[in-house]
Amino acid sequence: MTTERISVHEPVPLLARGPAGGEFGEVGPRAQRPVPRIGVFVCHCGINIARTVDVERVKAEIAKEPGVVFATHYTYMCSTPGQQMIVDAIKQHRLDRVIVASCSPKMHETTFRRATSKGGLNPFLCEMANIREHCSWVHEDREQATTKAIEIVRTIVEKVKGDAPLEISYAPVSRRALVIGAGIAGIQTALDIANGGHEVLLLDRYPCIGGHMAQLGETFPTLDCASCIFTPKVVEVAQNERIKLLAYSELEEVSGSVGNFEVRIRRKSRSVDVTKCTGCGLCSEKCPTKVTSEFNRGLTARKAIYIPFAQAVPNVATIDKENCRYYRTGKCKVCQKVCQAGAVVFDQPDEIITEKVGAIVVATGYELLPRSVYGEYGYGTYPDVIDGLQLERMLSASGPNQGEIRRPSDGVVPKEIVFIQCVGSRDNAKGIPYCSKICCMYTAKHTRLFKHRVHDGQAYVFYMDVRAGGKRYEEFVKQAMTNEGAVYLRGRVSKVYPRGKKLIVRGTDTLSGRQVEIAADLVVLACAIVPAPGVEEIARKLRIAYDENKFLAEAHVKLKPVETNTAGIFLAGACQAPKDIPDTVAQAGCAASKVLGLFANEYLASEPIVASVDEEICSGCGLCVRVCSYKARKMDEKKHVAAVEAVLCQGCGACTSACPNGAGQLKNFRNDQLVAMVDAVT
Amino acid sequence: MKYAYFPGCSLHSTAIDYDESAKALAGALGLELMEVPGWSCCGSTPAHSTNQLLAAALPAKNLVAAKAISDEMVVCCSACFSRFKFAQKHLEEKPQLRAQVADMMPAADAQKVRVRHLIDILTNDVGPEAIAKAKKRDTGLKVACYYGCLITRPPKVTQLDDPENPRFMDDLLKAAGMETIDWPCKTDCCGATFSLTRTETVLRLSAEILQMAKEAGADCIGVACPLCHTNLDLRQSDVERKLGVKYGLPVFYFTQLLGMALGLNAGELGIGRGLVSCKQLLAAKGVV
Amino acid sequence: MKSIVQKNQLRTTLLQAIEEHSGQSVVNCYQCDKCTAGCPIAADMDTPPNQVMRLLQLGLVDEALRCKTIWLCASCETCTTRCPREVDLAAVMDACRNIALREGVPVPDRAIALFNRTFLSIINRYGRLFEMEFIGRFNTGTFNFFKDMTKGPTLMAKGRLTFLPSLGGRKTACSVFGDVRKVRLHLPPAPLDAGGNHAVPAREAHETTE
Repeated sequence: MTTERISVHEPVPLLARGPAGGEFGEVGPRAQRPVPRIGVFVCHCGINIARTVDVERVKAEIAKEPGVVFATHYTYMCSTPGQQMIVDAIKQHRLDRVIVASCSPKMHETTFRRATSKGGLNPFLCEMANIREHCSWVHEDREQATTKAIEIVRTIVEKVKGDAPLEISYAPVSRRALVIGAGIAGIQTALDIANGGHEVLLLDRYPCIGGHMAQLGETFPTLDCASCIFTPKVVEVAQNERIKLLAYSELEEVSGSVGNFEVRIRRKSRSVDVTKCTGCGLCSEKCPTKVTSEFNRGLTARKAIYIPFAQAVPNVATIDKENCRYYRTGKCKVCQKVCQAGAVVFDQPDEIITEKVGAIVVATGYELLPRSVYGEYGYGTYPDVIDGLQLERMLSASGPNQGEIRRPSDGVVPKEIVFIQCVGSRDNAKGIPYCSKICCMYTAKHTRLFKHRVHDGQAYVFYMDVRAGGKRYEEFVKQAMTNEGAVYLRGRVSKVYPRGKKLIVRGTDTLSGRQVEIAADLVVLACAIVPAPGVEEIARKLRIAYDENKFLAEAHVKLKPVETNTAGIFLAGACQAPKDIPDTVAQAGCAASKVLGLFANEYLASEPIVASVDEEICSGCGLCVRVCSYKARKMDEKKHVAAVEAVLCQGCGACTSACPNGAGQLKNFRNDQLVAMVDAVT
Repeated sequence: MKYAYFPGCSLHSTAIDYDESAKALAGALGLELMEVPGWSCCGSTPAHSTNQLLAAALPAKNLVAAKAISDEMVVCCSACFSRFKFAQKHLEEKPQLRAQVADMMPAADAQKVRVRHLIDILTNDVGPEAIAKAKKRDTGLKVACYYGCLITRPPKVTQLDDPENPRFMDDLLKAAGMETIDWPCKTDCCGATFSLTRTETVLRLSAEILQMAKEAGADCIGVACPLCHTNLDLRQSDVERKLGVKYGLPVFYFTQLLGMALGLNAGELGIGRGLVSCKQLLAAKGVV
Repeated sequence: MKSIVQKNQLRTTLLQAIEEHSGQSVVNCYQCDKCTAGCPIAADMDTPPNQVMRLLQLGLVDEALRCKTIWLCASCETCTTRCPREVDLAAVMDACRNIALREGVPVPDRAIALFNRTFLSIINRYGRLFEMEFIGRFNTGTFNFFKDMTKGPTLMAKGRLTFLPSLGGRKTACSVFGDVRKVRLHLPPAPLDAGGNHAVPAREAHETTE
């Protein structure tokens, strides 16, 4: 197999096949097989293994096993000299099997397979015996641990005898990406991938893109206007030739695997012909039905046919079917009558499209914990007790009051505002146990902006801690206290209730050791950040995990913050954990770089440890097809036997367990190998 | 349905009107209440503040006596209700305590009785619809429903209504044709047992409650606990004197309010036993 | 003021007794102060409720048991209901009171101590509260003979005060007080008959659990 035009995902040089063997290696009674020449390398791993396991004795005992022609031990097998030992030993002792007794394959399987390759052997004839995570790290008794280590290596000796040389297979990579969620995270990811030269499908379930950043006024720590810095990106996304914008759309189904996903997307019908709609807004003006505006977080109303906000992209109207008079009662259609472009199309069906993509980035963002959770703050029924995003809408120049802060109840400008931090956050009883990370900063920002707008205003902040770890964050908060005169009181608030035109806040200040009561004009709750609703559904469709707080699970919180445990699916933004805009943009770029790294290959190497079918034995029952979660099994209609699509197969082994007569086997994990492993220690 | 009935000390003396109106109301609604034989004080605050074993054993002994009559025991006084619920909870969670109490009485029986506040019986066993049907007159009263601390707190123990904005009393009174006001002090503490030992504190707290009820436009206050009644009714004149204000807010037990709406007569409901006069108010509403 | 905080004083047996009695671990509190914020009595307390918890966290148990706050707690359960760490502070206060008494720590508020003692003495004697005697003894004990004096006749006129105690619960209460005393004095419990009642009669009425 030539390697010139093919770039591989894992740069492992391919070599000639190993000793003569069929598709399955040597099947049949062990006595008849050619005697293998196994080399065993027992690692000390410094003291990680050697402190608990007597590695010298392991080496001595294993050296006695039939088939083992070479055994040694060394401090760090993964080091350069360690790897060189493997290369040299293969040549010197004409080894045809390699066992490294050390850590988990998750750590160094690649390393040792590469070394084996360098030594001239098929890399899949190298196995690891895990005597660290499975032995030295979980036991204390040296005698017992050593005995166990020897047994572990014995089982691997049996396994490796039955191993066959395997070849990596390659599948072409579909070099398009799907980004789910078009907030700042999704938009930045899409731009970075597109600028890297590849097509992107950018999906959002809302009628227009922008997410929460489009709702913000000014952002910390620079106090620059969110719309001003964001709109250029939004416009770029709309106009970039490589980005296909799919607003008002939802993910229906995903199949396939990394490099070869097939996604079905539902383009929800707006009841508007987007090619004709000019975004003039006349339909909204005349629509008789009022509904609370989601974009303005309930502070204002919108119509049943609406454009969420003035600078919305795409700038087309949408009919909210749940509230539209026509869809509910069959009457009205005023919008259609007044539309000059004839763009209103009632009973327009949803459109389902199918696309092929090679990578998927999830950027579904966050929502705020609803105020209705907290009875002591009014269950969300007091109009002048609002949350942070509602204040943002007020502060935004394009908001309901053109940037003026006014009490929702009577429109009066508040002079005293109480800000309550940690509403829902760090609350095991009623909320969520984690810290929402951004609230300390945006609350400080709110106090500063409030003072800028209301020069004789006074802000009070009830806090537990002030978390300002980012660049220029601490200085920003200090400014709020010294420049804008915000009074910070350390303590939670027990109750807020209305009295006349005021809101009485019963709080406390641990620093002075007393109860504090404030009569506020407005109360702003810094509600906890939770993942956007519906994220579990998306995770199920993509077969990725989420944690107990519904944040999507990264593969490794420190070293793999944007990868998931499902190859080809990445995360960006608040869907993974609460974060601010700087970190979101950084993470978006990181996710994009992983996608670009994936797309740097025309072909993707896939693990050859996949299922296989012995067509002689296969009865064509089809059970394997039914149990496969990856759609990697299908029936060959002509031969009436099962077949495996190697690129899709993840090697989970479900089909081989389901197979009633053993026709389905996992390469290098065959039943006879596993039985031999068990026999070795019983 | 037959319920064991635990009046508690107050209902036989300072809160005799609660006992009268509860029994009259029960009679009108067909609830059979049988007083627990040989019932004693539940121990109230002094017992649990000083001796956990005593605080569990007194209620337990009464529950054992109640078990002989019924599996369900009705309590009117919120403090007694709280003590019984706590006793059952502690007996369940603390093996040593359970063993000590088991040495004194068949403690397992104490755990088998379901302790219920009268307001729970009226809401869930009788139901607001039945109350609405039995209503005979519109009192026209505007009531501030004051639940106090111990009916709804702590929620893990009482498992009754919402601790921040309860509605049981409101719903019952509304079903009986009364107007209930929306106000934020439904569960604010009145000062409880400090009526004698820290009277100033009680005055401060009760003043807040009376003031807010007045500001919200209530004619009167509805309560479900003798101690709440004492602090808001008996001490109302003390608050008025101290702050130089006039409230004139009669304090009724919710059973009295429901009884009036159901057409029962003032005498059998103990109307008028409160220190704050309700004559003027009731006359104005045409309820005599 | 300065406190010495030492490793071997952080988790004394006394603190463990408080934690066992209340079923709470003091380390769970993160001093957010929501309890103090909502406490109806905090304005009158010397040590705010959260600081009592803080004293326990720092191993300064003795100071916690001596403060007035634990006796001024109204057991309104507001703190317990609103605590975001699900710490039952009301139970901790109760435990402090119980254990302070057990350890012989003097109650810093004479009136409250008298209130509790008198109340329980009357229950032990009669089985149910007898207000006349209670108020009489309390007022005498606090040298406040005429407190609430005007209320007495009014209540009597309204039929809300009795002249004689109600004795219906005497047997129940006395047997319980007697049994509890046995436990306190480490005496074996009295045997129960088939009906779950004591075979021997209840103890003398004048004895209390004090």
